[in-house]
Amino acid sequence: MQFPILSVIVFTPLVAALIIFLMKGERKDEIRVTALAASVFALILSVWVYFAYDQSAAGYQFIEKVDWLPVLGISYHVGVDGISAPLVLLTGLVMFTGVLISWGIDDRPREFFAFLFLLAGGVFGVFVALDLFMLFFFYEIAVFPMYLLIAIWGWKQTREYAAMKLTLYLFLGSVFALVGALAMYWQVGQNTGVYTFDMLQMEKAGAMAGMVEIFGLAIPFQVFWFLPVFLGFAILGGIFPFHNWSPDGHVAAPTAVSMFHAGVLMKLGAFAALRVGIMLLPEGAVYWKYLILGLALVNVVYGAFIAMIQTDFKYIIGFSSVSHMGLVMLGFATLNREGMVGAGLQMFSHGVMTALFFAAVGMVYDRAHTRQLPELGGMVKALPWVAISFIIGGLVSMGMPGLSGFVAEFPIFMGVWKDQWLVAVIASISIVITAGYVLIAVRRVFFGDMPAQFEGHITPISVLDKIALGTLCLVMFALGMFPGLMAPLVELGVQNVLRLLGGA
Amino acid sequence: MDFISTHLLTIILFFPVLAGLVILFIPGDQVKAIRWTAFLSSLVPLGLSVWLWTAFNPNVAGFQFEEQYEWYAAINSTFHLGVDGLSLSMVLLTTLLTPLAILASYSISDKVKAYMILFLLLETGMLGVFLALDLLIFFVFWEIGLVPMYFLINQWGSANRNYASLKFFIYTMAGSLGLLLAIQMLGVLFQTYDIVTLAERWSGLEASTLLGLSTSTVKTVTFWAFVIAFAIKVPVWPFHTWLPDAHTEAPTAGSMILAGVLLKLGAYGFLRLVLPFYPAESAQFASWLAFLAVMAIIFGAFGSYGQTDFKRLVAYSSINHMGFVLLGIAAAAKAVGTLDATIALNGAVLQMFNHGLSAAGMFFLVGVIYERTHTRDLRQFGGLFPLVPVYGTILVFTSMASLGLPGLNGFVSEFLVVRGAWAILPGFTALAMLGLLMTGAYILKGIKDVLHGPLNEHWAHGEHRLTEINIREILVMAPLMILILVIGIWPMWILDVINKAMTMLF
Amino acid sequence: MSINFLSILPEVLMLVLGILILVLDPLWKDEKRRLNLGWLTAGGLFAVLVISLLFGRPGAQGELAWGGMIRFDMLGYAFKLFFIFAAAITALLMMDVEGVSRRAEAFALLLASTIGMSLMAASADIVMLYLAIETTSIPLYVLAGFLLDDKKSIEAGFKYLLFGAMTSAVLLYGLTLVYGFGGATGFDELSKQFASSTPFSIGVLILLVVGLGFKLSLAPFHFWAPDTYEGSPTPVAGFLSTASKAAGFAVLARLFLTTFGSSAQEWQMMLAILAAVTMILGNLVALAQKNIKRLLAYSSIAHAGYALLGVIAASELGIASAVFYLLAYVLTNLAAFGVIAIVGRAVGSDDVRAYDGLSRRSPYLALAMLAAFLSLSGMPPFGGFIGKFLVFFAAIQAGWTWLVVIGIITSIVGVYYYLTVMKYVYLYRMEGEDEEANPIPLTRPHLLAIGILTVGVILVGTIFAPWFGLSTDAAASLFSAALLK
Repeated sequence: MQFPILSVIVFTPLVAALIIFLMKGERKDEIRVTALAASVFALILSVWVYFAYDQSAAGYQFIEKVDWLPVLGISYHVGVDGISAPLVLLTGLVMFTGVLISWGIDDRPREFFAFLFLLAGGVFGVFVALDLFMLFFFYEIAVFPMYLLIAIWGWKQTREYAAMKLTLYLFLGSVFALVGALAMYWQVGQNTGVYTFDMLQMEKAGAMAGMVEIFGLAIPFQVFWFLPVFLGFAILGGIFPFHNWSPDGHVAAPTAVSMFHAGVLMKLGAFAALRVGIMLLPEGAVYWKYLILGLALVNVVYGAFIAMIQTDFKYIIGFSSVSHMGLVMLGFATLNREGMVGAGLQMFSHGVMTALFFAAVGMVYDRAHTRQLPELGGMVKALPWVAISFIIGGLVSMGMPGLSGFVAEFPIFMGVWKDQWLVAVIASISIVITAGYVLIAVRRVFFGDMPAQFEGHITPISVLDKIALGTLCLVMFALGMFPGLMAPLVELGVQNVLRLLGGA
Repeated sequence: MDFISTHLLTIILFFPVLAGLVILFIPGDQVKAIRWTAFLSSLVPLGLSVWLWTAFNPNVAGFQFEEQYEWYAAINSTFHLGVDGLSLSMVLLTTLLTPLAILASYSISDKVKAYMILFLLLETGMLGVFLALDLLIFFVFWEIGLVPMYFLINQWGSANRNYASLKFFIYTMAGSLGLLLAIQMLGVLFQTYDIVTLAERWSGLEASTLLGLSTSTVKTVTFWAFVIAFAIKVPVWPFHTWLPDAHTEAPTAGSMILAGVLLKLGAYGFLRLVLPFYPAESAQFASWLAFLAVMAIIFGAFGSYGQTDFKRLVAYSSINHMGFVLLGIAAAAKAVGTLDATIALNGAVLQMFNHGLSAAGMFFLVGVIYERTHTRDLRQFGGLFPLVPVYGTILVFTSMASLGLPGLNGFVSEFLVVRGAWAILPGFTALAMLGLLMTGAYILKGIKDVLHGPLNEHWAHGEHRLTEINIREILVMAPLMILILVIGIWPMWILDVINKAMTMLF
Repeated sequence: MSINFLSILPEVLMLVLGILILVLDPLWKDEKRRLNLGWLTAGGLFAVLVISLLFGRPGAQGELAWGGMIRFDMLGYAFKLFFIFAAAITALLMMDVEGVSRRAEAFALLLASTIGMSLMAASADIVMLYLAIETTSIPLYVLAGFLLDDKKSIEAGFKYLLFGAMTSAVLLYGLTLVYGFGGATGFDELSKQFASSTPFSIGVLILLVVGLGFKLSLAPFHFWAPDTYEGSPTPVAGFLSTASKAAGFAVLARLFLTTFGSSAQEWQMMLAILAAVTMILGNLVALAQKNIKRLLAYSSIAHAGYALLGVIAASELGIASAVFYLLAYVLTNLAAFGVIAIVGRAVGSDDVRAYDGLSRRSPYLALAMLAAFLSLSGMPPFGGFIGKFLVFFAAIQAGWTWLVVIGIITSIVGVYYYLTVMKYVYLYRMEGEDEEANPIPLTRPHLLAIGILTVGVILVGTIFAPWFGLSTDAAASLFSAALLK
């Protein structure tokens, strides 16, 4: 038997959370070191998985399968393909940098890190899940620590409201998706005689055939259930019109949680929407693709416009995430190779980018205690690292070539061109708007004159912070300059999706 | 050596970035070390491109020193570099101006490290555009050049820099958006971004359709997208309004590069992409282009004449001069393949090179006097020649090149353009001559206001006593002046390369 | 029909235990030794649990025993295990309730009621059923009103008694009608009499639903629950909300599926409407509660609605899911009431504000509470998630999608109020902000109980195959019995 590396990755944060819970609350440094050790371990493993993925073999790899509830066909079944491997890596990265950035948390660090790791464990679990039940199981595990993390350590003014709103939205989405998933289970069972949650079985051609009778209308099964499943997950991806939990949530969350939230959790939604929505219900995807395309387009453009008019630094980034996740959805909705490859890359790129953004915002806020653009200025002198990181992040977000955003967005637009040229044209407006708001934010926060009350109060960032920022920047440069590091991998995953779509 | 000769273009392209990385690790307070590292390392690409020039065989059609690497297989884009006569001259111009601009920036004392890194990055961005043989790579570098320029203006510019830099960025960004969409359309259509392959397959396009749009529609759309993007960059009247602002606010070296190289990117785009790929459309719209060119020439000249700000005067002169480049291109577009067209093209390309030299020189000279007087207001100068005779001489010399005095480089190129265009677009050319007249007027006005007339006593005495141009500054000007003179007297060394390239290209 | 002692082994053992307690009561005069009453009860019950697990397992098919009074099958067995476990935990929790902990009667009543429940779950005859229900209820009336010094407790006891008596009467009326028309008392025999659905059988069903609805605290028969829970000693309230409710489900499943299997369509719809109302009402009213016991009361009303989904599905999977749901729910709700008992004792208040800063005062207690509440709201990796998953799963299979949608929406409401409580625990600070100086004292029995429950909740939520196996066995035994007719 091979080394169960994926399980180790999933359970590292969970076990670490348990260990941290059992430590003494006063020994804060020990807790932090434990957290760091666990996150480094998980990062190393996820990097290893990423590079050890055999591109010539393609398909799902590092598969492990253990019966969980065999009576109902539930198993613990994990494996990665070209789409999930980058996301596992992303999670490892964000977890590592998140821990570094949260070093300074002084209020109950034990609980903080433990909840953060529960969240991380849930996220890892979803990305590697090949069993629909398991996917839900870990999906929910990823949702609830969010509430506590935001409510306890978040921004005092909105944390209670935002945390609750976020949790309810996500829960709502996930349970609707769950109903769809259960319906799929029974349908597959009826069609094939095999009752199972194993997605590899469920995605087989013809497994989802059939009709749904409702109010005397016969609707193809896939068409009927695609919407609740896809949208249910896409809520977590921030799809319009269910996006408005996301900026509030981002803003209220403490820095590391915003990083996780925007960086990884939104990908979770998009990923699950792809895995469950598009891959298991390809006919539905084809049927509804223009709706998704339309919604995503609204995301892209509307999100950018709203970001433009914000005065709160963090809200700008929050809405920019809405806009960028719209691009991911847009890529999915094209259902063609370029668009999906781009969407896969964009998930990774945006994850790293927003993590960096929120890290930078957090560092400024921790020192200035305000995020209002008019009240900030001149931070570049006191916080050069933060300024440079933010600028790099900004360039990524406006799709500047040479950075990861470009290599991700470009294929998305190509995909959209192939499909609906008008959508591509409209969506491209967002690029200019993005450039506008990023530049405005950069100028107002980092340049100009520093308001007098900040003089001397802006302490430099720590080495750990620098490591975190540097790591994230480096990844974006690497991917931007050498798309070959990731694109072929994603393409392998996309080919599998296209194969399924081809059967639709 | 073998490695260098086989990867020559890559090395020229990325050497500045590497140097930038090295500078990143020099402590910020070691200003001298940073400056010298930047300067010396920018000499390396210059040396290599001179080598490239000598090793280049102008008699062979197509691209030379080609390099191609796997880059983004998922969308069939490769990292494909190569040079022909056209890009070679632009590469030489870029690598020449960058060390000079860096040398000119020795007076910068604020955030030197970031400044130098951005400058080197800018060089890579510009070189990349000239070297790229893949549309996507072309676009990548097109955009990369934008960022350092934005920050150079925004951080080291003068009073109104925020407005100017944002305007610059948004204008060019909007232009490049069209470019992006057009490139995507082509990429989707052809499943490749390789310019060489595209050129081969281009004629096969007629039969196929895309996206429910007819082929001719796609062609027209992408044609206009390219034209607008490049026109903004050149800039063509009426898209020129960002330029005076950006120039005026940019630091001296920034203006040098902006006028010297960045404006050429647009013209290069016309020559590299628009004319070869869209001969029919180009011919159809050539008259319009010529009209815009003439407008640029005339309005640029009049605009320049009306300025009281020395730097703005020079900035408008750029519009004026780039108008000639465009006129040459328009003429060539109208009658592609004819001898006249080739002559006009030769003139246009040479004008690009020449304007690079003279505009950079002019901006630098404006910078020299601005650093001493902290004003650019022409009304506050006057009669400075006796105070600074050397500076005065250099200024007059460079101005004359800009004016198009026979014996200096400007004359050669402008003559060629007009000679070529005359037979093709007589009406527009005649109008352009009117603009040429005004060129003389504003240049002489500039010289008069600064150097001649009654002496402004303010600059003659005490702490405001105007100091003479120093050795470093002369060193910046010397190569420019030498080239101006050499091309003016013996243009064949460069014209030969350009001419062969143009003949083979069209 | 044989005399099978194995079939009533737990009941017998519990009876012995009860007698032992009553005997020891006068002997243990010393206050300190009296505390051992609780240990004895809890320990004894755990022993009964182990013995039952080892020896008391019935065959897969099940058999009638004691002259047809009792059916010795997996369904009854599974529920008995739940009851015994719940009673043991309750005994542990009762050990620190002032006015209860040293009273032997309290423990004896607890045992008596548990015996009643066990018989309820196993009874196969309407006479036996009624007797068992009364055996269960009467000790509970007393326990609810056990704190004679506390007016609220007395009110709770009385309210429970009055409601209970009335619904018992309705149930009894229903049962007499069943006998009168069916001419028999055994479930199996009766199922032959009610082989087809008639308007009459529907009328009877309505009466039975009312009677059992009270036990299950289904809306609109739930009015007693909040007041009773609020007033009675907290561990008793926990017992009421878990074991007593589960007992009702056992009866409901057995009676309706076997005897009234032919009228399934009718009672399914009837129960579906009740379930919908219960889920909606329970969750919505819980939103407004500021007293945590009342909040949990309404939440447990709502949970009855979810568990009902499994019964409504009326399939083998449905019953299995309901059993599993109840298992998870028993563990979870006991944990929740346990925490509340501990905090309530230390703080002296059941207001949610009393929970301010709990996570700083006692991090582990807060964690246990978090686990319990998240499990109640249906989040993994806790038992509640699997429970909800399974009942929805079964209901969708049976085509009750609309009911599932209601269940989902109301469970989101549930998430809201459960998390709101956690906000007090984790976010707010207690007055004076020196939580560290005011830890919540945790006694050994409490620690044990909470520890067992928390581990249990997580265990059921992660390694669920063995528990689900038990549930499916229980369901299978019911269906094999139904097939016998």
